[in-house]
Amino acid sequence: MSLRVTLGLSALVLLLFAASLLIGPAALGLSESLSALVRGGAERDAVALVMQEVRLPRALLGLMTGAALGLAGAAMQGFLRNPLAEPGLIGTSASAALGAVIALQTGLAALHPLALPGAALLGALISVGLILAIAGPRGGALALILAGIALSALAGALTSLVLNLSPNPFAAAEIVFWMLGSLADRSMLHVAVAAPFVLAGGAVLLALGRGLDALTLGEDAASALGVNLGRLKLLVVLGAAALVGGVTAVAGAIGFVGLVVPHVLRPFVGARPSALLPASALGGAAMVLMADIAVRLIAPDRDLKLGVLTALIGAPFFLHLIWRLRRQLA
Amino acid sequence: MRRKGLRPISGFGRAGRAAALALALAAGAAGAGEMPGEAPARVVSLNLCTDQLAMLLAAPGQFVAVSHLARDPLSSPMAEEAMAYPVTRGQAEEVFLLGPDLVLAGTYTTRATVELLRRLGLRVEEFPPPVSLADVGVQMRAVAAVLGRAEAGARMAEAFEAGLAALRAEPGPRAALYDASGYTGGEHTLAGEILAAAGFRNVASEVGLEAGGFLPLELLILAAPDAVVTGETYPGASRAEEILAHPALRGLSRAGAVSDADWVCGTPHLLGAIARLGAAREALGQ
Repeated sequence: MSLRVTLGLSALVLLLFAASLLIGPAALGLSESLSALVRGGAERDAVALVMQEVRLPRALLGLMTGAALGLAGAAMQGFLRNPLAEPGLIGTSASAALGAVIALQTGLAALHPLALPGAALLGALISVGLILAIAGPRGGALALILAGIALSALAGALTSLVLNLSPNPFAAAEIVFWMLGSLADRSMLHVAVAAPFVLAGGAVLLALGRGLDALTLGEDAASALGVNLGRLKLLVVLGAAALVGGVTAVAGAIGFVGLVVPHVLRPFVGARPSALLPASALGGAAMVLMADIAVRLIAPDRDLKLGVLTALIGAPFFLHLIWRLRRQLA
Repeated sequence: MRRKGLRPISGFGRAGRAAALALALAAGAAGAGEMPGEAPARVVSLNLCTDQLAMLLAAPGQFVAVSHLARDPLSSPMAEEAMAYPVTRGQAEEVFLLGPDLVLAGTYTTRATVELLRRLGLRVEEFPPPVSLADVGVQMRAVAAVLGRAEAGARMAEAFEAGLAALRAEPGPRAALYDASGYTGGEHTLAGEILAAAGFRNVASEVGLEAGGFLPLELLILAAPDAVVTGETYPGASRAEEILAHPALRGLSRAGAVSDADWVCGTPHLLGAIARLGAAREALGQ
């Protein structure tokens, strides 16, 4: 990835992260709020509590969620050599949400802090496995999208079923959260729960750049270059499932990030996955931070869902891609 | 015969329905003290609050079925008593088969059921949820009147009003009501009036939420109330209730009382809620 793109994206993410910290219903001054971020011990007043326990986790989760979804999208597209492969579109996010909802409603999530993201990872893993079996690299775009629609619908229906059967009267109202995602009122506990999965999945996928580069030449060429395709497949599946599972467990299913970001960045970094992967992580972080800032500015007291904004940007994008691919799809 | 009440639905026009509604409203407005005819013999309730008032006020054998919420200890302080009654889930069919001559309902719930029961020719009396402590005595009398138990209603209302007057405390420390999704009860809500009666000033009014609404977590923290009164959480998980366990709330002191089933309806149980909250205020030492 070229240095200029890296620096530009990093600066954008940093700026949006700071903006995310500074936006909230309580009007706090710039220097007051930033200094409160590091205030500890006896000086930890209400402003410090707001900054450290309310705004910081929200900004961190925006960063993590976006980076995870952007990276997972770029890796899946690289491996399947299909520009439509995206965690939201092919049902990975919806299946992760189903896993999380099952863990929460059965009480499994209360047993161990990692049970919640673990169950979401399992849901994501099953769906990616199914997608690969039905529409692997040779399955074509149409098979991929159709299988994704079916999986999304199934996972969404089961999520609704579990939440409707919950003894908790609030649970059924939260179907929309699990389908569209939100970062409102999340805490450092949620950051701690998602972080290990995001870090592990991110490390796995970022290390696959060279293998995915070789794969752009075709499977035979990649094998000839010494790429173990079976191992590459396993690592892409595990890495993407860990990323999507980790963030979906705490933020709900947020669509289109992994579709839009790699596409926007390809002209800048070239089609080589090794350059696109880190760029997509940064770009995804920027997109979700931007969306999360926008939901707070558009409707400060309504908890507008993140997925609403990402879909408003992403769905026209998706249509544009289908338009371009329609000959291949027909 | 019960079937006599079943009119052909097509023959029951809009004018007839409107007339029935107007009659019901007029009866409610007049306190329903002078309902024609005798006391109803079989009364079914579709609403948690009328469930409790009917259990407390009806003559033996007069009240025949409660709604399912009446048996839920998280919503109903009379869950145990409700076990003695058959239960309905508010479906018109099961209610009709019980053969009631009076159905008690809330104004906001089971709308379709109420419409259908009226079309089937049943007498349905609707009661709005109480939004103030002043409503409570009025509603006790109104429910008692439609049950033909006006005297019992008057006794209950007088006892409630006397008990309330004895408990009412001067406004002291600042407290915030905080519930699932960050909902707070403003001073013009029943929960807000309970808070005020127990001697707390309501933090919601400081941020312009007199009628209640969603109070962002960070505004609650900055308001730094002397006590936070939260609700009980239901079994099974929900994101809405997770906010009550948010680490940022640990910096605030919780009141030694929660808003529980006693807070929901206009029944004598409200006095218990106010007494416990008042004791929690005294425990704060302010």
